Amino acid sequence: MDLQTLWFAAVAVLWTGFLLLEGFDFGVAALLPVLGRKPADRHVMLRSIGPLWDGNEVWLITAVGAVFAAFPGWYATWLPALYLPFVLVLFGLIIRAVAFEWRHSHHTEPWDATWTRIITAGSLIAALGIGAALGATTLGLPIDADGTRVGGAFAGLSWAALLGAVAVLGFSLVHGALFLALKVDGDVRLRARAFALRWSPVAALPLLAWAGITHLRYGTPITGALWLVAALAVVVAWTRIRLDREGSAFAAWAVLLVASAATIFGAAYPVVVPSTVDVAFDVTVADASVSDYTLMIMTWAAGIGLPVVLGYQTWTYWVFRKRLTAEPVQEEPAEVVPA
Amino acid sequence: MDVLGMDTLDIARWQFGITTVYHFLMVPLTIGLGILVAVMHTMWVRTDKPEWLRMTRFWGRIYLINFVLGVATGLVQEFQFGLAWSEYSRFVGDVFGSLLALEALLAFFLESTFLGLWIFGWGRIPKKVHLAALWAAVIGSIVSAYFIIAANSWMQHPVGVTVGEDGRPVHTDFLAVLTNNTALAAFSHAVVAALMVAGALLVGIGLWHLRKRKLAGRSPEDVDHAVWRRSVRLGGWVSLAAFALTALTGDWQGKLMYEQQPLKMSSAEALCETEAPASFSIFAFGKFGSNECDDVHSITVPYILSYLAHGDFSTAVPGVNELQEEYAAVYGETYPDDPSFGAKAGEPIDYAPVLAVTYWNFRLMIGMGGLSAAVAAYALWSTRRGRVPTSRIGVYGSLLAVGAPFVANASGWIFTEMGRQPFVVHPNPDVPVEDQVWFFTAQAVSPGISAAEVWTSLITLTVVYGVLAVVELWLIGRFVRAGVTSGDGHATPGFTPEPPDDEDDGAPRRDDDVLQFAY
Ligand code: HDD
Ligand code: HEM
Ligand code: HEM
Repeated sequence: MDLQTLWFAAVAVLWTGFLLLEGFDFGVAALLPVLGRKPADRHVMLRSIGPLWDGNEVWLITAVGAVFAAFPGWYATWLPALYLPFVLVLFGLIIRAVAFEWRHSHHTEPWDATWTRIITAGSLIAALGIGAALGATTLGLPIDADGTRVGGAFAGLSWAALLGAVAVLGFSLVHGALFLALKVDGDVRLRARAFALRWSPVAALPLLAWAGITHLRYGTPITGALWLVAALAVVVAWTRIRLDREGSAFAAWAVLLVASAATIFGAAYPVVVPSTVDVAFDVTVADASVSDYTLMIMTWAAGIGLPVVLGYQTWTYWVFRKRLTAEPVQEEPAEVVPA
Repeated sequence: MDVLGMDTLDIARWQFGITTVYHFLMVPLTIGLGILVAVMHTMWVRTDKPEWLRMTRFWGRIYLINFVLGVATGLVQEFQFGLAWSEYSRFVGDVFGSLLALEALLAFFLESTFLGLWIFGWGRIPKKVHLAALWAAVIGSIVSAYFIIAANSWMQHPVGVTVGEDGRPVHTDFLAVLTNNTALAAFSHAVVAALMVAGALLVGIGLWHLRKRKLAGRSPEDVDHAVWRRSVRLGGWVSLAAFALTALTGDWQGKLMYEQQPLKMSSAEALCETEAPASFSIFAFGKFGSNECDDVHSITVPYILSYLAHGDFSTAVPGVNELQEEYAAVYGETYPDDPSFGAKAGEPIDYAPVLAVTYWNFRLMIGMGGLSAAVAAYALWSTRRGRVPTSRIGVYGSLLAVGAPFVANASGWIFTEMGRQPFVVHPNPDVPVEDQVWFFTAQAVSPGISAAEVWTSLITLTVVYGVLAVVELWLIGRFVRAGVTSGDGHATPGFTPEPPDDEDDGAPRRDDDVLQFAY
């Protein structure tokens, strides 16, 4: 594999990792008004993602950073073509980040309720917007030979972008519900399970459609097989939820994302921004990439850095592995290490 | 669309300036306070003294409130180069993006993961591991500063590249980029400048609480008194030392600037004609609205500028007028008549940055730093041997002066960045002209976006940032006034320095208190 292909794969892995991780915190946040009936429920839901959301968000920063670092031509075409949608995403991410922090900084009902709503709103905006951007960069943006957008500010928001938006939201909602089913106890756990059972078949459809269309348009037999894996994963996830097997349901749902993302990126390769104006204007990996020297340096850095990052992130997940409950518990088991 | 006579380029520049300066209000506090909180936490682990624990929790809480805003505003930075500056991103892609990606990979993961562990880890992980988590996060911030400043310094002084066929830089030597002397100087300067911000905060708030407690007749024996006293002493010494170090590192930067961007140096001094020995300007006044150097009159101290630039009292320092001509001879009298230069195509190039901005921001940076150091000296003197100052002017003045190093930091960046204009990537004079890369700000902006779009984002972001600032200041103000116990739900009179345990007690109120610290 040449370095450009390797880095295309690395970028795909980073986006997948981002959706896999931030997906559940987007989902939990979006489900606050649905599953969190009492303040205590919402409290426990937020606590389940409290220590994790910031680390998850860095996957987004790294994914965008890697696009810039390895394929500046992709970065410089994709972002300005969707200028206002990206600004909206930033808006959503900003209000969400501060809301996580500020919600607890003052104790009144309206204050708490307001910031909880902002967490939900910000997460919805961000999930939809990032989905739209990914949908557009795999299925087409109106760009000319120089990679400059043709048309007005919203020309980039085609059906492809909308499909990507609902696909990411749908995935995240069920992903968040399954995460809650795994992570908390009591009423919220039951409601989350019921939600996932009811909605998972519907929520998976846009993602499968997106992957299917990308495959039909550019795919190979391998991406076809990956698509089948994705579709199968939905069936498995649904049956596992029915059997109350939260762990394997969560894993199967994750397979849905990984297989769909592999289908989408695998089929789209080597195009990174397809042009809806003329296929001759498509931006490819070769057009967009930096020199092999730079790719080599980043390969070394990522080869050493990424395993370390994965190591300590996994460790944090392990430290916070206990189930949380809305009801106050009396005494914790010996897991608390005496300081 | 041409509102207020600004085109897309001008609006995009305002947007970049506003968002970056805003980001850099949080950044130095995160870096500086992070280091100091980690020191406090270390002291608690080593001595078991309750005041260190309370300090850790009180200042740690402010650190966290601020950190989140740093994250939120940093996100915008990561996207901005692509959104509004796509031509810049294409041009510098071979070097610049990799530094940003490495920052995320090597620094941001470290910061965010370990900070989460620190916040939620009280009583859940062994004491020393918990402390190490905080240090890991703090080191993450410092590493992040290093990479981003290396990226910025490459724009000031592009090293480690050759010129490619299309005129773009081609990366040849990554080590040279990482050890760019501009980067090493700027990084050390920025880190010590960050410590000044944290020091001033400790001094201002600590003195205010000490005075309030004394006027209220509270005992100087209890733990809270020790908390504020130690905060003032620590902050004061850190401020003084950090100021000395900003002067040292700043001197290093000045000498590099004399070689690498001489026009920035002479503009900062309003030095029109070459002088040998050159004198340092203390105060200057010019014709309003004129960027002609000869319209500026300044009050000067002889010899000093030669020393700042070159380390002796006689070397000639080139003046703005002469340098302008030199630049024009090499890089052109006018912008090329090419659509990629937008409204500037074919226009004459003014190689001098806006004189008033560079001149005054340079002085503001040093002046505000000096003011902050003076306040620190006052605080140390007035609290010597257990004393508590009650002077209203002294204490409220110190509280007000908390803002001074923030202003100094912002002016330092405005000086550095606007002094680089009209280039966004300034040519490196150490290499022959044919091997130099440079890029004008006028060609950097994204070609496809409309002024209306950039107006929309500029207004949105500015309004959001404004609202965030109000809420943030209100929250910090409330928290600070409530005092040290609000940082710690366990600061009861019979306090035992046990590690507080978040999750494992039934009382929801207390749980909330701890969470208030936590999140
Ligand atoms: C001297 C230091 C410095 C400078 C010049 C900048 N930053 Fe920054 N940045 C930090 C030092 C820092 C930090 C200390 O690491 C922050 C501040 C607060 C925080 O949460 O981390 C941070 C946060 C931060 C984040 C969020 C990280 C997270 O989620 O944990 C991003 C994406 C950026 N920055 C990106 C940038 C970009 C693209 C810059 C260039 C214009 C920039 N920063 C200037
Ligand atoms: C965080 C501290 C920083 C501050 C406060 C800051 C400030 C500014 C300001 C005020 C401008 C506008 C200059 C003008 O319009 O004349 C500017 C421009 C710019 N800066 Fe910085 N900057 C900072 C860091 C950086 C870093 C770290 C980078 C790169 C990694 C960078 C890249 C740029 C670019 C690309 C521009 C282009 C826009 C222009 O020149 O107008 N800046 N900055
Ligand atoms: C005391 C004497 C000081 C001197 C001689 C000095 C010198 C300098 C110089 C020459 C630069 C520009 C570097 C360039 O454009 O390449 C600079 C930048 C800067 N200064 Fe200072 N400075 C001093 C104090 C301070 C203080 C007190 C602060 C803040 C508390 C500060 C914060 C900054 C910042 C944030 C920058 C921009 C980032 C960087 O280039 O490091 N400086 N300083």
